[in-house]
Amino acid sequence: MSAADASESVETIAGIDVGGTFTDLILIGGPGGGVRIAKTPTTPGNQADGVLAALKAAGVSPSALDLIVHGTTTTTNAVLERRLARTGLITTAGFRDVLELGRRTRPQPYGMTGQFRPVIPRDLRLEVAERMDATGEALVPLDEAGVEAAARRLMEMGCESLVIHFLHAYANPEHEIRAAEIAARIWPNGHITMGHALLSESREFERGATAAVNASVQPILERYLARLQAELAAQGYARDVLVMNGNGGMVSARLAGREAAKTVMSGPASGVMAAAYTGRRAGCPNLITYDMGGTSSDVSLIRGAEPAVSHEIEIEYAMPIHVPMVDVRTIGAGGGSIVSVDEGGLIRVGPESAGAMPGPICFGKGGTEPTISDANLLLGRLNPGRLLSVEDAAPVEAVRAAFARVGAGLGLDAEGAAEAAIRVANAKMAGAIRMVSISMGHDPRDFALFAFGGAGPLHAAALARELAIPRVLIPARPGITNALGCAVADLRHDFVRTVNRPLDAVEMGAVHAILAEQTAAGRAMVVQNGAALRRVREVHTADMQFVGQTHLIRVALPDAAPTRETLQALFEAAYFARFKVELPTIRANLVNLNTSVIGERAEVDLAALTAVTPGATLGDALDHRRPVRFGADWHDTPVYARARLPVDALIPGPAIVEQMDTTIVIPPGDRAEGAADGNLFIHVGAA
Amino acid sequence: MIDPVTLTVIEAALQQVCDEMDLAFSRAAFSPIIAEANDRSDGIYSPVDGSLIAQGAGGLPVFVGTMQFSTRCLIERIREGLTAAPEPGDIYIVNDPYLGGTHLMDVRFAMPFWRGGQIFCWLSNTGHWPDIGGAVPGGFSASATAVEQEGLRLPPVKLFKRGAMDTEIYQIICSNIRVAEQRIGDVKAQAAALMVGEDGLTRLMDRYGDDTVREAISELRARAAARMRAEIAAIPEGTYRSVAHVDSDGVVDAPLEIRLTVTKAGERLTFDFAGSSPPCQGPMNSVLATTLSSVYLAMRHIFPDVPISAGAFEPLEVITPAGTFLDAHYPRPVSGCAAEVSQRIAEAVFAALVQAIPDRVTAAPAGTSGNFALGGHDPARGRGFVMYQLSGGGYGGARGLDGLTNGCSTIGISKAPPVEIMEQQFPVLYHRYGLREGSGGAGRWRGGFGLDYEIELRRGEARASFVMDHGRFGPQGALGGQDGAPNMVRVIRDGEVHIPPHLSKEQDIPLRPGDRVRVGTPGGGGYGDPMARDPRAVAEDVRLGYYTPDEARALFGVVTGTGGLDAKATSDLRATLRDAAETQQSGATMTRIKDKAPTHRS
Repeated sequence: MSAADASESVETIAGIDVGGTFTDLILIGGPGGGVRIAKTPTTPGNQADGVLAALKAAGVSPSALDLIVHGTTTTTNAVLERRLARTGLITTAGFRDVLELGRRTRPQPYGMTGQFRPVIPRDLRLEVAERMDATGEALVPLDEAGVEAAARRLMEMGCESLVIHFLHAYANPEHEIRAAEIAARIWPNGHITMGHALLSESREFERGATAAVNASVQPILERYLARLQAELAAQGYARDVLVMNGNGGMVSARLAGREAAKTVMSGPASGVMAAAYTGRRAGCPNLITYDMGGTSSDVSLIRGAEPAVSHEIEIEYAMPIHVPMVDVRTIGAGGGSIVSVDEGGLIRVGPESAGAMPGPICFGKGGTEPTISDANLLLGRLNPGRLLSVEDAAPVEAVRAAFARVGAGLGLDAEGAAEAAIRVANAKMAGAIRMVSISMGHDPRDFALFAFGGAGPLHAAALARELAIPRVLIPARPGITNALGCAVADLRHDFVRTVNRPLDAVEMGAVHAILAEQTAAGRAMVVQNGAALRRVREVHTADMQFVGQTHLIRVALPDAAPTRETLQALFEAAYFARFKVELPTIRANLVNLNTSVIGERAEVDLAALTAVTPGATLGDALDHRRPVRFGADWHDTPVYARARLPVDALIPGPAIVEQMDTTIVIPPGDRAEGAADGNLFIHVGAA
Repeated sequence: MIDPVTLTVIEAALQQVCDEMDLAFSRAAFSPIIAEANDRSDGIYSPVDGSLIAQGAGGLPVFVGTMQFSTRCLIERIREGLTAAPEPGDIYIVNDPYLGGTHLMDVRFAMPFWRGGQIFCWLSNTGHWPDIGGAVPGGFSASATAVEQEGLRLPPVKLFKRGAMDTEIYQIICSNIRVAEQRIGDVKAQAAALMVGEDGLTRLMDRYGDDTVREAISELRARAAARMRAEIAAIPEGTYRSVAHVDSDGVVDAPLEIRLTVTKAGERLTFDFAGSSPPCQGPMNSVLATTLSSVYLAMRHIFPDVPISAGAFEPLEVITPAGTFLDAHYPRPVSGCAAEVSQRIAEAVFAALVQAIPDRVTAAPAGTSGNFALGGHDPARGRGFVMYQLSGGGYGGARGLDGLTNGCSTIGISKAPPVEIMEQQFPVLYHRYGLREGSGGAGRWRGGFGLDYEIELRRGEARASFVMDHGRFGPQGALGGQDGAPNMVRVIRDGEVHIPPHLSKEQDIPLRPGDRVRVGTPGGGGYGDPMARDPRAVAEDVRLGYYTPDEARALFGVVTGTGGLDAKATSDLRATLRDAAETQQSGATMTRIKDKAPTHRS
């Protein structure tokens, strides 16, 4: 898309992402175009302070902004740290323990211990008489007086939020709706979540847990957003803040609270949205994204510039949040993963992590266990003088001593042990990436590895080689990818309707009616938000299986009026692609019909992300040379400054490219190539 | 000599191959027992003796040892000419329990992995089929007295020959099992998982070379053994004894006893089951492969960080329990071995070793699969149905940690089906699905709580069968902790309460619409003296309704009132109880009290 395109944005948009450590801001558009970036410390007490500080650091007044799109970890932290609003539950008689019993599991396959704390404690879970059966027929009428009494009791017990969750409400929500009306008459605020409201599908534990999470973060999110909105308004920003959801779309801050559970996984989603956007513009619609952080790494799959969306994500042991979310999988290896030698004399990386405190040894905050970041430092891949978030000079000698201890058990010197640790970590991370991407039936040669986060580009080329992915795409600003995701994300509303019938018994008119209804509802919601839209489009999918199976395969539908034959054929093709199995004697089951309505915002030109002062030749970008170890050998390796790279730079490996927010490693045998939008490709094995 | 880094990388790659096999099998399978409950396992085995090279991390724990025995039996039979030798593209099918198996429903596939015309290793997997024929749908007959009543028994035969399925063999199988039309989906999923393994292994060998991989495999085995020996070395020298009971064999109403003596000497552990009950008439016999596997899985629960490979089992010596029900031979019925007896064996291992390494081992978990099957005819749909409700229970307390509530069986890793799905599929209505209050064994760290559910038959007619355990004795407490509540089954027919004579096992109880079944699953054993439990934790348990104030007083010596904990009254009560206990102690023995007064609600 060229800068002259009529659909190009002329708005001034601020994407602001609040992460664990930093609040990142990217400002796009406005008079004269260009891009401004700011990185300020996150303020855990009230994230709004950090947001305002970031705006100030970027030198922009809120009054000059057309749109603020915000990714927040307010709800994520509230859930993970269990700082939740006091929430009560009213449920079907006989079933108050559903939220505590879960699905009868244990946290790990081996080890007979585990702990589980239900989101709503047992004394705040009350029962009333009522019962639907699986067809939606009322077997026991709703005890309306009982609902009122229960609501009063929960108020007296100090509950701020209320969940009403009845068995089979997905089949017939009448009792839930009636109970919510009764409770609303006496409940002092609007914080009432009905079980069927967020996602109307069967499975009482997952639906109830999702509703419980939603209710217990709703007041927290609303308070935060109200405060942020007020402070921005005081500085002259009059429009609604838009909030990033876990599905990779945005909603108005006024609507976000009602479905607060949808924001719990919004951080990773915005990064994936930026990847999809960047990849589409760069001609790489198929990506595996890799965001390496301190304690873990996030992986996702993008095909045809559409991130995979799932509504079956568990954010920790036995805590499912079943709302549509970008399918981001977390793997337990990051820069802080600790390197050790086990009793059998084998080198191990993780699962223990040095975390943010004390962190790796090289952070100089008291860490004593060697980590992957330390190994990168010792091998010359990280520049000891330029570690972000580090005030004191990195104690390289301490790092060396720690790896010497590791190496002693392996017959290796310190550097050899560090090199071994990187190899093992790469093998482990590549395996975990395979499990969530390639082993799901995809050919790695069709993909590019999109590496971001502070540490992703350090390992990306090695991982791509391990995975047989031919090239790596490193965006212009890997460290602020989430903020970019906020700035470019579309408006989006998702709908899921459970059908769960054999395809041959489904009335196709009803299928078309459901898809049309979902489309209409979504279109109505999308236009409410007030952002400038280029067009509104729908994505229709069906979740299907063979009759008799339990797992689902998601099938993309060509339009909102597919025929029965089309559905059967699309499903069989998808099944064969995934499993290499054909079952011509068995018919399909239609489980869910889904529609996503997407309000596409005006195209944001990422060309402004390119280097500010591009050099004429590669030599102009050379910062210094330093020895870097690859395999068993040390190479005298050029280190380039990314800000000075020529637009069409060709960089043979070995080389290092440094920028404020990351370090890119180009191993021997690979070749990097500059491209539009400030992207850098690494072609594996192309040198 | 292979360098330690390549070794670690190959270890991870072998594991990866198995994990990808597991994933492909589960996602493509039709049997919900495989697809949802992950009652399956995939692995790589030695071409020489079938010993375990690597196995998927998500495989059902009870298969951790069995598949190597099954592969070994196959290799031996081929060597002896009893089974036809393999050619490329062949896949064997076998479910014979006496040839290194479990019960008939666990169907194993085995395929050689060829390299340069030689068998480099075997790829094998096991999956639990929903039916294999026999007297009752599903195969868990509580009153079978011979294996023929339990279903179709297959010796190893080639189901796939040079890449093509032998449809004649397949038709013989289909004619002998129920709901046969969907089995083609499981057969193809099971075979496809082996292909995933073949692809993965080929990639690995092409990259590192056959010799390197071969050397890595043998080195990894040695190192896993070293790892397990190091763990064992830290166990105090000595002999540790335990006893665990199976309620009955389902036919004869008398408990079966597992007697275990664990001896730790240097870097070895010996497990001796001498003195255990003789083979039984009913299906609660265990074949040797399952007995060994049960010991291995218990050890893996205790030492989860030791990699799964045959090396990890080397320092463990299990003396063949000849002449007992833990070494059953043809034609003894065995359907209860994988689901129930295995868990009692694991319990015996826990109960012995908790004495030696109290920091590593928990009190006994619920330890039953809680199998309740309901088969009948649904007039609304005009067809028959078979419903299973498998249940979890409380886990045992551990040092510093209360037991988990409603955990899955010791030998399983499965999720329970939602009530809503059960009611969609079967003509039943659940009246309750709740936490079984009071069921956690009292202890300084109490057991987790079991499940309490009640189901009504809405229409048609049906027969209820139960294969559960721990109905006579609750899961054992440890180090002064009390036992968890025993399993409880009540069948309410025409308003009359029927209690199965064997408490936890009965077959074919006829039900009519309106009849109900109520089940309370066991709570976990308590750990440590209940009188040492933090009174505030007890008061919190009372506040949440886990125990009544009376139970708090009787079990923990804790007094609570409307305002919560009464600290003064509690310390007085505990002092009084302590004095009384000291007086009584003089005549006490270590024998477990068989018919002690029930401390749990029923």
